[in-house]
Amino acid sequence: MADFLALHLGLPLAGATLLAIILKILVITVPLLIAMAMMTYMERKVLAAIQLRQGPILVGPFGLLQPFADGLKLLTKETIIPAGANRAVFLIAPMLTFIMALIAWAVIPFGEGLVLSDLNVGVLYLFAISSLGVYGIIMSGWASNSKYAFLGGLRSAAQMVSYEVSIGFVIITVLLCVGSLNLSDIVRAQSHVWFCIPLFPMFVVFFISALAETNRAPFDLPEGESELVGGFHTEYSAMTFALFFLGEYISMLLMSGMTSVLFLGGWQPFPFLGFIPGPLNLIIKILLLMFVFIWVRGTLPRYRYDQLMRLGWKVFLPFSLIWVILTAGFLVYFDKLPH
Amino acid sequence: MSSQVMSTELLSQYLPILIFVGIAAVIAAAMLFGSMLVAKQKPDSEKLSAYECGFEPFNDARSKFDVRFYLVAILFIIFDLEVAFLFPWAVSLGRIGLFGFWSMMAFLGILTIGFIYEWKKGALDWE
Amino acid sequence: MILPALAFYLFAAVLVLSGMLVITARNPVHSVLFLILAFFNAAGLFVLIGAEFVAMILVIVYVGAVAVLFLFVVMMLDINFQELRKGFLRYLPAGLAVGAALLAELGLVISGWVYAGPADSVRAAPTPESVGNAQALGDLLYTQYAYVFEASGLVLLVAMIGAIVLTLRSRKGTRRQVIADQVSRRRDDVVAVVKVRTGEGV
Repeated sequence: MADFLALHLGLPLAGATLLAIILKILVITVPLLIAMAMMTYMERKVLAAIQLRQGPILVGPFGLLQPFADGLKLLTKETIIPAGANRAVFLIAPMLTFIMALIAWAVIPFGEGLVLSDLNVGVLYLFAISSLGVYGIIMSGWASNSKYAFLGGLRSAAQMVSYEVSIGFVIITVLLCVGSLNLSDIVRAQSHVWFCIPLFPMFVVFFISALAETNRAPFDLPEGESELVGGFHTEYSAMTFALFFLGEYISMLLMSGMTSVLFLGGWQPFPFLGFIPGPLNLIIKILLLMFVFIWVRGTLPRYRYDQLMRLGWKVFLPFSLIWVILTAGFLVYFDKLPH
Repeated sequence: MSSQVMSTELLSQYLPILIFVGIAAVIAAAMLFGSMLVAKQKPDSEKLSAYECGFEPFNDARSKFDVRFYLVAILFIIFDLEVAFLFPWAVSLGRIGLFGFWSMMAFLGILTIGFIYEWKKGALDWE
Repeated sequence: MILPALAFYLFAAVLVLSGMLVITARNPVHSVLFLILAFFNAAGLFVLIGAEFVAMILVIVYVGAVAVLFLFVVMMLDINFQELRKGFLRYLPAGLAVGAALLAELGLVISGWVYAGPADSVRAAPTPESVGNAQALGDLLYTQYAYVFEASGLVLLVAMIGAIVLTLRSRKGTRRQVIADQVSRRRDDVVAVVKVRTGEGV
C-alpha cells in the first residue's frame, strides 16, 4: 500500500508509509465508532424485543439515527467537573478508557495479512491492554471525590482484577494448542477445527469472564443503580460520560473479537458457508457474540458481590487451572504438541 | 547485521501502535474539549457539589476501606505472575519435552499449596 | 533509520522526567500515576531493543497488577503526608546511603558484565532470528534453569502466605452464604404442616 501511494501521489517512501499507516488506522477506527453507535441501537432494540416493547422508532427510519441524536445531545451538554474533584485526573480517566479500548484493535487480524501490526506477542499485547482497563475506573472513582463513585470504582477494580486471572489461564490453554503468541497464527491453527469445540469449557469460562471484565450484566454491580447510583461514573456528564460509554462498548466489541479470534476461528469461514470473504466472517462472529452480550443482559438478574467474587476465585480460577494441566498433559502424552 | 534487519522489522510492527495511540488521544481530546467549547458552560455551586441523597456530604469521600480489597490485589499479583510464567512455557512445551512439563507441574504444585491454604483460611470469602 | 533513535530519546526523556515527578509530586496518587507512566516508557525502551516479551510482561505485571496494588494502598492509607514530610531531613542520610549502595551494586553488575569472560560469547550468539522472544525464554527457563524456576515458585508461595497472615483477620458477627447448607436443607427439617382450627390460633 505504501508503494502504491508513493507511486501515485509522488510522495517520498517514508511519507507514503506514514500515510498508509494513518489510512489503515482510520479504516479500523471509523467503522468501529459507527459500529459502537449501532451497538447501542441494537442493544435498545433487542432489550425492547425481549420486554415486548418497540424501542427507538422516531429518529430516522426504524429509529436508526437514534444513537447519533444521542451523541449530538451529549456533545451539547454542559461538562460538569465537581468542585471537590481532582480536575486533571478526572478528565484523563475517560480519555484513558477510550484510548485503551481503541488501541487494542491494532493487533486483531481481520483476515489473512489484514492486520495493522502483526506482533509476535499479539496475545500478550491484548492481555496487557485489557489489564489496563482498570485504571480509567480507579482513577475516575478516586478523582470524582464522591462516595458512590469511590465505592463503585473500588468494587469494579477488584472485580476486573479477579476475572483477569482466569482469562490468563484460559488464554494459556489456547496457546498450548497453537505454540505461538501471534494472533494470526492462532487463527491459522483453527483451520480444521475451531477451538471452541475441543476447549468448550474454556470457551464458556472466557466468555463469562469477558462479561465480568467489561462490567456487563449480570456482573454490572459496579454501577448497580439500586445501591451505588451510577458507580464510578456518577459524577460524569456530557462528553466525559460519552467517552466512558464509548470505551465500554468498544471494549465489549473487543472482547467479542478476542473470543472470536481465540475460540471461533477468527476469519475462518463457517462450515458450509465458505463463500463468505474472511473479514466478513469475523464481523458476523463478533455480531453474534454481541447479541449474546445483550441477550444475557435482558435475561439474567444481577449477581451479589460475594457471589461474584466466589465465582471468580473459587470456581473459575481452579477450574481453568485444572484445564491448563489437563490440556498440557493430554498434548504431551499423545505427542500432539505443535513444534 | 542480520539481527539489525530483524529488529527494524520488529519495530516497524510497533510503529502503527505508537501512531494509533496518538490518533486515539487526539480523537478523545477533540471530543472532550470540543464539547466544552460547543456547549454552554454555566456552573454554579449546587451543580458542582458531589452527588448525595438529600444532605451535604460531611467528610471527604476518600475514606478507608476494607483491607480485603488489598488482599485481592496481592493475590492477583501472585496469580498474574504465575500466568506470566506460563506464557513462555505454553509456546515452547513442544521443544522442552517431558522434563519441562514436570518442572512446570512442580511449580504449579507449589502454588496450589498456597491456593489451598488461602482457601482454607477463608481469604477467598467475601462477607 | 532515524526513527528508533527519536523514539529512544522520547521514551528516555519521558521516563526520567516522570521518575523525577514520582518523588516530587505532592499528591501520593499523582506519584503512582507518574510511576505508571514511567513503567510504560520503560516498556517502550524494551521494545526498542527487541525484547518485546519482557516489555509486555512489564506492562502486564507492573502496570496491570503491582501499580493497582500501589494505588489501592495509597488510596486506602489515610496518611497525613505533611507530617510524613517533616521527617525528611532526619531520614535523608539513611536514604542517601541506600541509594549509594544501590548505585554501587548497579555499577558492579554493569562492570562485571563488561569484563566477564562469558559475556563476549553470549554477545556473539544472540537469539536466532527464527525464534521469538517468548520461545527463546521458554526453551531455557524450564529445563536449564529449572532450580531457579522452582525457587521462584517458592518465593511466590511465601508471598502468598505472608499476605494472608498479615492482612487477613476475620470479623465477628458476619454471616456467610454456605451453599452446601442451602442445598442440603430438606423440606421436613424446616416446614411443619399444622392443622389450625378456626378461631383458636396456633
